[in-house]
Amino acid sequence: MSFVFLIFLPLLAALFIPLLFKKVGKIHTGWFVLAVPVILFIYYASLLPTTIDGGNLVSEFQWIPSLDIAFVAYIDGLSLLFTLLITGIGALVVLYSIFYLDKHREQLHNFYVYLLMFMTAMLGIVQSDHLITLYLFWELTSISSFLLIGYWYTRDRSRFGALKSMMITVFGGLMMLGGFVLLSIMGNTYSIRELIALAPEMATHDYFIWALVLVLLGAFTKSAQFPFYIWLPDAMEAPTPVSAYLHSATMVKAGLYLVARLTPVFAISGTWMWLVAGVGLFTMFWGSFFALKQKDLKGILAFSTVSQLGLIMSLLGASAAGYHIDNIAETSFMYAGFAAIFHLINHAVFKGSLFMIAGIVDHETGTRDIRKLGGLMSLMPISFTVAMIGAFSMAGLPPFGGFLSKEMFLTAMLSLTEFDLFSMDVWGILFPVVAWLGSVFTFIYSFYFVFHTFAGKHKPEQLPKPAHEAPIGMLISPVFLAILVIVIFFIPNRVGDWLVKPAVMAIQPFLYNSPSEVDVHVSAWHGFNTELFMTLGIFAVGGLMFWTLHKWQKSYDRFPDAISLNALYDNLMFLSDDGANRFSMLYMTGFIRSYLVYMFSFVIFILLGTLYLTEAFAIDFTNLAPVGFYEIVILIALVGSTMTILVSKSRLTAIIALGAVGYSVALFFVIFRAPDLALTQLVIETISVALFLLAFYHLPQISRKEERMRFRFGNAVIAVGVGITMTLIALSSHSQKAMPSISEFYKETVYTEAGGGNIVNVILVDYRGFDTLFEIAVLGIASIGIITMIKLRLSKKEGQHENK
Amino acid sequence: MRTNDVMLQTATKVVTFIILMFAVHIFFAGHYTPGGGFVGGLLTASAIVLLMLSFDIETVNKILPFNYVTMTAIGLLLAIATAAASIIFDVPFFTHAYDYFDLPLFGETSLHSAMLFDAGVYLVVVGVTMTIIQTIGEDE
Repeated sequence: MSFVFLIFLPLLAALFIPLLFKKVGKIHTGWFVLAVPVILFIYYASLLPTTIDGGNLVSEFQWIPSLDIAFVAYIDGLSLLFTLLITGIGALVVLYSIFYLDKHREQLHNFYVYLLMFMTAMLGIVQSDHLITLYLFWELTSISSFLLIGYWYTRDRSRFGALKSMMITVFGGLMMLGGFVLLSIMGNTYSIRELIALAPEMATHDYFIWALVLVLLGAFTKSAQFPFYIWLPDAMEAPTPVSAYLHSATMVKAGLYLVARLTPVFAISGTWMWLVAGVGLFTMFWGSFFALKQKDLKGILAFSTVSQLGLIMSLLGASAAGYHIDNIAETSFMYAGFAAIFHLINHAVFKGSLFMIAGIVDHETGTRDIRKLGGLMSLMPISFTVAMIGAFSMAGLPPFGGFLSKEMFLTAMLSLTEFDLFSMDVWGILFPVVAWLGSVFTFIYSFYFVFHTFAGKHKPEQLPKPAHEAPIGMLISPVFLAILVIVIFFIPNRVGDWLVKPAVMAIQPFLYNSPSEVDVHVSAWHGFNTELFMTLGIFAVGGLMFWTLHKWQKSYDRFPDAISLNALYDNLMFLSDDGANRFSMLYMTGFIRSYLVYMFSFVIFILLGTLYLTEAFAIDFTNLAPVGFYEIVILIALVGSTMTILVSKSRLTAIIALGAVGYSVALFFVIFRAPDLALTQLVIETISVALFLLAFYHLPQISRKEERMRFRFGNAVIAVGVGITMTLIALSSHSQKAMPSISEFYKETVYTEAGGGNIVNVILVDYRGFDTLFEIAVLGIASIGIITMIKLRLSKKEGQHENK
Repeated sequence: MRTNDVMLQTATKVVTFIILMFAVHIFFAGHYTPGGGFVGGLLTASAIVLLMLSFDIETVNKILPFNYVTMTAIGLLLAIATAAASIIFDVPFFTHAYDYFDLPLFGETSLHSAMLFDAGVYLVVVGVTMTIIQTIGEDE
């Protein structure tokens, strides 16, 4: 089966959503949407046996063969893992959204169309083996994320957040495109698999480091790494199902996917390792540190997501160390790749449930402000349990999945201190220290999230709505995820064999021949070692600091807002906005005469310049037909009526004289035997005179004497210049032929190839059909422009009347 | 501004039909002899403009109750659909097809997909011209 088409299944389904929403209003549209991820999940799950053995599947669809652009769906351990996350979490989120979004009040057709569009884009990213189509899907996720964040578009914050996320991720996307182009130049292929095979040769190429940095910019912006993370907290304006889906479980992991996928290409470089591991780890610390500053439930989760993404990123960076070590299976370096994928799964599971709980709290109490919340434990017992499981997993407590991957994270960070390349032996000690610090803050904000919401004193007077437990439908998804958190703890090696090891194969393909060679065994207890003591330290210090949180949390407010990254973004946006405005105002005067001056000066400059530079000027009067009587008569009429326009005292005369100019030209066409042109010119002239007469009624009175125009030297130069330029060009183009005329070709082929007799018309509809197509499109746009200009002006007038 | 010009109105009643017939002729003949969708469209528009000049806009709108914006849209759709149809037959975008058929009344006639495209051009030209004239004419 060509499963490449399954990528487009959600998009196809999206076509029917508006119809279903309008026609079957009684049933929540989400129930129809739910079928899509469920079907996809079941299908993709059936591919698992292939990847568990280390196999892969390829399905191809040619899109633009002449440019070598194709949709290539490549399923291996890594892409299948992401695919299952996208469809699995997608199904749960859609189920959750059915109860979260009211079918009467919300614009569900918009919501689900965007969501399905996103699903296609995301599947496309993780399955594409072709760089260009990968980029296409990549930007499609940015666009659908923009639309979803701005879903409640009447709110200022939503629009601001949507724009911010788009500016930053699209900036990264464009950088990444640059990186992809460089990669394809180096490897002479767009296929990622072929690039991986070529990796050793590319490492010495001049472009290598540029491609590396550009690709990482794309990954870092998408995965909200420092300093680009600032869009993610503002993206929390989206409806909570969206935050759970896009901004924690899937889209923000696209950057991680890209880094994992391209690790085999770049891992050979020390820069890659330093950048990925360093930026990732710093982001982990930074995000967890500032999570405690947040007062909004979703804000805490946003910063926590930033931090957790950083954690996984740093593990991916550390996994690059495996490329520089012999016999990786005997060292502790093998843990990094495994831990990255394992934590990625864990994070998707527990963060998904936490977001859904934040949404439930918001939904049932009307606020997400943690200062107003508290004591919900007895009112919302199920939500509390789920939140506790999710948060404890995030904090790294047993018996939850997060504990296992957190331990492995510490192992991997400790192993970096033993790495002796790229001056890691000097600076490597920083990694476990920062990782430990970040983990302490992670522990604190996890507790902060749960206990400041559910424990403490209930403050019903501050809540917009009386709090109560969520409807059962809304709880299904988070409860399911919470159960999964615990299940993962008890069967980590099953998860490891089925999902993690095949994915690790894709990150480190040179090191292993089959997934079973990835010799990692996860166990909850591995004796008294450094990791365990570090974990105990985290619990002790974190617990103590959480206990005293109320004493030092206020010190966050002392960080000045003016020097934050957000302020930098705002200033950049303001400067570019304001700067562009000022620059435009320099030349956009609002007078047509100024614009004509620019245009005509440019025409003179370009054309005369080209004539001069190419020495194209030539005059040749041989081969000319004698000038006939009629031609002289028409010429006199032409010049005479042109002068009449300039000197006429009344507008009516001017209009009629203008018509005369047009008709004279039409007569010229007749004499030179161009009946098509003559016909068109005649009709156009007739209609435009009629139009002028119509407009004439609206024009203000002119009195020549009062508005006598001053003689302007500059304008005169331009007028004369245009005349001279056109004359010179006409003379030169007549006097010489740079290339043979194309009319012979038309004459020969017009009947045999195009099946027509009238060359002019065949050119219009066939030879140069594209021109005509675009011209009529422009005509259509122009008419819309005229309608809006006139109709809008009318409504403005009416509006002014109302104001009076 | 009411016009009451008997001579113009009487002539218009005849001339409009002549122009319209000529426009149709010129549109269909365009592939072999001078003419085509563009000129045909302009001629049609000029016939309607003539009507508007001799009667008034409201009357003409009553006789010809077209929404010219829709007409433009239909024309554009027709043109792009004709151009895109070739994709279905696995030939490059904008490849035209033609053949000769023996039709009743007409005898052997060539039918050309360019005609459909030209019809799109025709509709757009009429639509745009009339939109412009109508909008400006109705603006008080």
